[in-house]
Amino acid sequence: MDVGVDQKKPSLEVADGAAFQFLGVGKSFFGVPVLKDVSLTLKPGSVLGLVGENGAGKSTLMNVMGGVLRPDAGRMLLRGAPYAPQGPGDARAAGIGFIHQELNLFTNLSVAENMFIESFPTLGRTPAIDRRRMAERTREHLSQIGLEISPGALVETLSPGERQLVEIAKVLAMQPRIFIFDEPTTSLTAKETGLLFEIIRKLRTRGTSIIYISHILGHVAELADEVAVLRNGEVVTTGPALEHPVPRMISCMVGRDLKSFFPPKVSRPEEEVLLRIDGLSQPGIVRDIDLTVHKGEIVGLFGLMGSGRTELARMIFGVDRYERGTVRLGDGLLPPGNPRVAIERGMAFVTENRREEGLLMSVSIADNIGLVALPEFARAITGHLRRRRLQAATEQKAQELRIKATSYQEQPVKSLSGGNQQKVVVAKWLLAAPRILLVDEPTRGIDVGAKYDVYTIIGELARQGSGVLYISSELEELLALADRILVVNRGELVGQFERSEFAEERVMRAAFRQGEEVPT
Amino acid sequence: MSTESRPAEPGDARGPHAGSDALVGHRPAAWWSRARLMKLGRTALLSEYFVLYLSFLYMLVLGPFLPQLFATQNLADMVSNIWPLLVVAIGQNFVLITAGIDLSQTSNMALTSVIGAVLVVTACDPVLFSKCPLWGTLLTEHGGPLAGMALGVPIAVLTMLVIGSLIGWINGVAVARFKMPAFMVTLVSMMFFSAVAIYLPKSENIQNLPHAFVVLGKGSIGPVPIPLLVGVGVAIGAHLLLSRTLFGRRLYAVGTNPVASTISGIPTARIITQAYVLAGFCAALASVLYSARLEMGRPTLARTQFIDIVGANVIAGVSLSGGKGKITWTAFGVIFFVLLANTLNLLDLPFYTIDIVKGLVIFGAAFLDVMRTRAAAQSH
Repeated sequence: MDVGVDQKKPSLEVADGAAFQFLGVGKSFFGVPVLKDVSLTLKPGSVLGLVGENGAGKSTLMNVMGGVLRPDAGRMLLRGAPYAPQGPGDARAAGIGFIHQELNLFTNLSVAENMFIESFPTLGRTPAIDRRRMAERTREHLSQIGLEISPGALVETLSPGERQLVEIAKVLAMQPRIFIFDEPTTSLTAKETGLLFEIIRKLRTRGTSIIYISHILGHVAELADEVAVLRNGEVVTTGPALEHPVPRMISCMVGRDLKSFFPPKVSRPEEEVLLRIDGLSQPGIVRDIDLTVHKGEIVGLFGLMGSGRTELARMIFGVDRYERGTVRLGDGLLPPGNPRVAIERGMAFVTENRREEGLLMSVSIADNIGLVALPEFARAITGHLRRRRLQAATEQKAQELRIKATSYQEQPVKSLSGGNQQKVVVAKWLLAAPRILLVDEPTRGIDVGAKYDVYTIIGELARQGSGVLYISSELEELLALADRILVVNRGELVGQFERSEFAEERVMRAAFRQGEEVPT
Repeated sequence: MSTESRPAEPGDARGPHAGSDALVGHRPAAWWSRARLMKLGRTALLSEYFVLYLSFLYMLVLGPFLPQLFATQNLADMVSNIWPLLVVAIGQNFVLITAGIDLSQTSNMALTSVIGAVLVVTACDPVLFSKCPLWGTLLTEHGGPLAGMALGVPIAVLTMLVIGSLIGWINGVAVARFKMPAFMVTLVSMMFFSAVAIYLPKSENIQNLPHAFVVLGKGSIGPVPIPLLVGVGVAIGAHLLLSRTLFGRRLYAVGTNPVASTISGIPTARIITQAYVLAGFCAALASVLYSARLEMGRPTLARTQFIDIVGANVIAGVSLSGGKGKITWTAFGVIFFVLLANTLNLLDLPFYTIDIVKGLVIFGAAFLDVMRTRAAAQSH
């Protein structure tokens, strides 16, 4: 049977024994259709991988299923019976568990309190909370997923990965029969990801049905039994995972054949050293880091979560302090702890966390893009801004990076998709024409098309003679883009690979080496 | 694909009138139709000028019961009450944009009032002032150190502005550099400077101020009162500062997201400190206007005015959580508060009744503001 891209109309049949079915579901916002005649079948005891670019309609579809949104057209069947939730409560009662992309934990409460926030166990009929029972049951739930943390620990003290696992344990405790994971691995370490996959496989053997949404297609290929690809609110293809290897998923997602994930490499390193770091140390975080970035060079910094790579970038840029060591830009020493001087000397820093550290979410695209280079548009002494020139420059940058928006001057950044938000962050720094660019996970949580654009922008910047320190936990990215890869492990540089020596396994082994041997 | 002209499907249980369609209305309706009125109300509610509309409405409703409201003298009084409050509220606006608050503006005004008056006063009654700590040194029977000097008044005014700014700077440094909570810092400085203002003249009002000083509050240049010039000048200056300069853009950025601002190279601490300095400066300038009009240095000046200063800003839409605020909004809020105070005075109510009514009105306005924010969120 052919389940090709051109098959526009998946069958509307009611399937016997299906765990869940969408039948011709449609949904519009303000007259713009975001879901068009979506029909999908979820089999019991199987994993359905749901992929698509940002804005393809995945989240809307899941919100329809979770009772957050009501469909305009079509219907849903839960184990053959009509299903029309009036709210998230109905979905939960029907046995549908939802792990959201944004964490819904109260960071100021303990793990146990978070687990039981909806119904605390009480001492008899009194309103007093039975803390002991709560802790015991929490421990049970946590041990089920192999997480060894104290039920009394405050969530704010947990790593992002641990928080994600707590969230999973919380939903697991409700024993749902259908489980939806929306980008569950973005904040997980490799080890935690392995743990999560084990949990998912265990759930599957118990007959639970799983919808797994992710931009990391390798993970989808590894886990899923069935794959469904959404594009512009339509199901482009659905069928067994074996018939949908990663390249096929991508071409279905973008609607054209991408020759590869990555643009051709255009940068070539030169002799001149732009950034030199000697003996950078901060107890408990990094130790004796030496590194250089040359003109026109992209240096990849690879490490697992918690290896100290982000902290290193923050120290170089001056956001965080360090105890020993020096940072040199060109010939001059960079004083520690002062991002402003770093920027004046031509450094830029695209942070890992664009919502909190990169953007003014409620402010317009143009104002965000202008933020770093603003002093260049101000008259001396009065500080009066040359607004027309500023407007022209910000709009030009936005167009150059192909940021999709209706109005750069009016539209707030929070209304953009993740990929376009990230482009705004990059545009903000490019407007200041940096000589050294630090980028930390610039493609996290953005779709394939936007990723390609970001790679192209960074490659082009290096071609024009800037140096780039590119931090990533996606090794493929670095193998494709970098001239050199440095591996950081527990705050130390443990390996260096020239482009001629690039091999996935060797880099991985360096990153994992100590981590596996030394018990914690 | 058009969804608007879609025929009602048999399976569509919600019917054709579901959702927001009801607001728009399907049948042609008379101009007073419910839908149109609701839409008009919504537009007014969402407008930037909402508080201004509210003020006009208030005047119109109260007018028939309170004919004195429109008497020429009363209108003139009201207008002259606007300027000093506008100046000090604009100062507060800068701090509110940084997501801070300056509770000490009122005692800043009291202290600078006392200091300015001590400097220029022309004669002191020993019966009243011989026990005060400044007696014999700064204050004598012949007045203060600058009494009768040619440039005495300008120097005194300048001193007031410098001291006001200095108080703001102390607040700013504590908040921005030492990362102390603004509420705590300015609460303490409110107490402290208020006490100093009372201690210096032993809580006596300092009268007998020279004409050159009094003119600042009561005089005019041609037909234009000086306070009006000061108020409008400060408003225009503040508006340009906020909307047209590097400082203004950075102030909003810092108030919206201090972390992203720091990483973007904005000198966050300096910007915040400057906002507090501006708040202090504006308080001192308002103090000049008030003291001159009252013809005295008053240790309890502006004691109960804090609610007006912050209230005027918040009612008009300046956000306490930072990043949002415009000078026009502050101006509308000030007009509303002046109108409210004036009408309550005309009704000749005892002070506690005035405060009760004022409290209720402010509460109502704050409630409307919340409704407005919610309506705005829905319409987006």
